[in-house]
Order: sequence, then C-alpha cells, then structure tokens
Amino acid sequence: MVIFGVALLAICMLTGLFIGEVLGVLMGIEANVGGVGLAMLMLVLVIDHLKKRGKLSLPAQEGLGFWSAMYIPIVIAMSANQNVAAALDGGPLAVVAGVTAVVISWLFVPLLSKGAHQIPIEEEKENSMLAGGESNVSNIK
Amino acid sequence: MFQILSDVFIDNPLIVSFALVGITMYIAYFMSDKLTKGRIHGSAIAIILGLILAYAGGVWTGGEKGISDISIFAGIGLMGGGMLRDFAIVSTAFGANFDEIKKAGFSGVASLFIGVVLSFVVGVAIAFAFGYTDAVSLTTIGAGTATYIVGPVTGAAIGASSTVITISIAAGLVKSILTMVGTPFIAKYIGLNNPRSAMVYGGLIGTTSGVAGGLAATDPKLVPYGAVTATFYTGLGCLMGPSVLFLVTKAIIG
Repeated sequence: MVIFGVALLAICMLTGLFIGEVLGVLMGIEANVGGVGLAMLMLVLVIDHLKKRGKLSLPAQEGLGFWSAMYIPIVIAMSANQNVAAALDGGPLAVVAGVTAVVISWLFVPLLSKGAHQIPIEEEKENSMLAGGESNVSNIK
Repeated sequence: MFQILSDVFIDNPLIVSFALVGITMYIAYFMSDKLTKGRIHGSAIAIILGLILAYAGGVWTGGEKGISDISIFAGIGLMGGGMLRDFAIVSTAFGANFDEIKKAGFSGVASLFIGVVLSFVVGVAIAFAFGYTDAVSLTTIGAGTATYIVGPVTGAAIGASSTVITISIAAGLVKSILTMVGTPFIAKYIGLNNPRSAMVYGGLIGTTSGVAGGLAATDPKLVPYGAVTATFYTGLGCLMGPSVLFLVTKAIIG
C-alpha cells in the first residue's frame, strides 16, 4: 500500500528529528543536530535492507517516490517564503559578508572534492519512473 | 463576489499553494524553454520567481515570511515550511546510494568543519572591516555568515545587541539566497556533478534551504548527497559559535 511507503518515511523522519533534538540537549545547544541527515541515512539503510529481501512493494515505493517528486515544488514554495526584503535591508555589511562567504566556499569545493573519482551519478534504473520529478528535469546544458 | 473567492482561498490554504506553485513552475519552465532555449534550468527560474514573490510579499506586508504573509497565500508558508520541506528532503534519500555516501563520508565531515570555520572567519573579517571591534558583535556576525540560525543562536548566547543579531540574520539570508540562485550557474566550474562534490558542497555552504534549492536547480539527483551533510551544519555551527569560535575571537581581539 502507498501509505506504507509514506509511513516509513514519516517514521524515519520523526526518529531522526528526535535523535537530533536529544543530541542538541546533550550538547547544550538550542538546535536540532543533524536530525534530517540522520533520518536520511536511516531511510537509505532501511530501504536497502527491505529491497534486498523484496519486502518493499511497488505501491510503497510509489509513496516514497511521490514525496521525492514533490521536492522541487516544495523548494519553490520555500523560496517564496524567504525573508528576501530583510536580506536586502540588512545593509551592505550583511550583503558583502553573505556574498563573500558563498564565493569563497565555492572556491573550496574543487579543493576538497579533489581525489574524488569523478564518477557520474549512476542512472537510476529501477527508480526512474518512481522518482517522478527527476524524469522531466534535465541538467543545465 | 471577490469576497467569496478570497474566502475560498483562505479556507483552503495548502490547496492554493499547490495551484500557485504549479502555475509558477509552468511559467518558469515555459520561460526556460522559450527564452533561454533550456540553457537556464526551469527550476532555477522558478526559484528566482519564488524569491521575487517573497520580496514583493515582504515589501507589501512588512512581514518576515515573504508571500505567505498575504493571507490568501498563507498556504505557501505551510507547503514551503520546515515540516514539509524536511519531509521532502528526507524522501530524496530514496534515490540515494549508500555506498556513495560512505565513500564520501570523510570528505563530507571534513568539509563541515572547514565550512563552518571558513564562513565564520569571512564574516568576522568583513564585520571588522566595517568597523566592529568587540568580540561579541564580531562573533555574532561571523556566526550569522554561517547560517541565519547560527547567528541569532550565538548572539543570544553571548549577549549581542539586537541590531547585530539582525545583521547576522541578514548575512545568513543573503548567503542562502545567493546559494539557491547561484549554484546552477557555478556548478560546472567547480566540478559539482557527482555525489562526492555534492556532499562537500553541502558541508561547505551548509545553509540547508540554499543547498537544497541550489542543487535541485542544478541536478535533482545530487540533492540527497548535499542535504545529508548540510543538515549537520547548523547544528555544528550552533555548537561551535558560542563556544570555541567565540573564545578564539575573544582571545585574538582581546
């Protein structure tokens, strides 16, 4: 059933966020420490485990696929939600600091990913129809 | 008549947001195809349109949440809010390859620490250049340059003034917005085309919304790798900002 996939996703997210909150409390900081990242790792492992045993039904995969296809629309809603006016009103100091940090970080990307085999991402064979949003999206040429 | 229409919109906020985002994406993909012949990706244009709407909403209402401060568009706040955003980010892990994450694990973790310190140092240096000389203000602005959450968390912890906290949030917002808009344009020059560089990218830049939006507009397959590191960045920043980074800044500035 589709809901099984969605529920699996929800359970992973809640567990990850819970661990992230606990880590935050343990470290004495008011932030969720990597909750979403932990949830993602958990989901990757659980899916891997279930798929190998053939326990992840196609409808359940569709439930997961739907939400990953909704990802870009949600990101666009998120961008429409940003406090853009405040960012620009923050004055030259904020703009210069933000822009410089991004540009310098960009320069560091090739340095740190050096030594990486430039493996192109494997074409998703089994998920191509499920990971809906991706099929109609091509790279910038 | 107009009143009735507005009531229908206000009563069904999330549904309005689906329609509005769908229309925005349709326009964006149309523009991408016809005006740029596909050179600028549709989702990059859609994100820019979203930011323009956010700016218009912010100026119109004086609020903090972009277009969603206008009551008939409140659903955008729900659709693009933290809950569904995180849910969708987690779901992208469905397409990720665990072996790739393991392989890039070390450079991912290294990039996190380098990323937090790098942005912090840049922020402090620029705040200093703009005439701030006290350790509390410098640290807060430096932390805000990491992300717009680290800034206020650090500032509140070490007792910064509200003006400085506002600047730190603005610096983080500028970073996030530039990352969303700029990533697809810079990607090919910095080798951002494989899982490992995406993980490094997430760790270096760290703003989850910026990285997630920027990678989505570059190549959606890279999103889970960038997001998995970026989501640790704010936590690490909040941990280091009020502690190590503040103490070091204080020791240097005096």
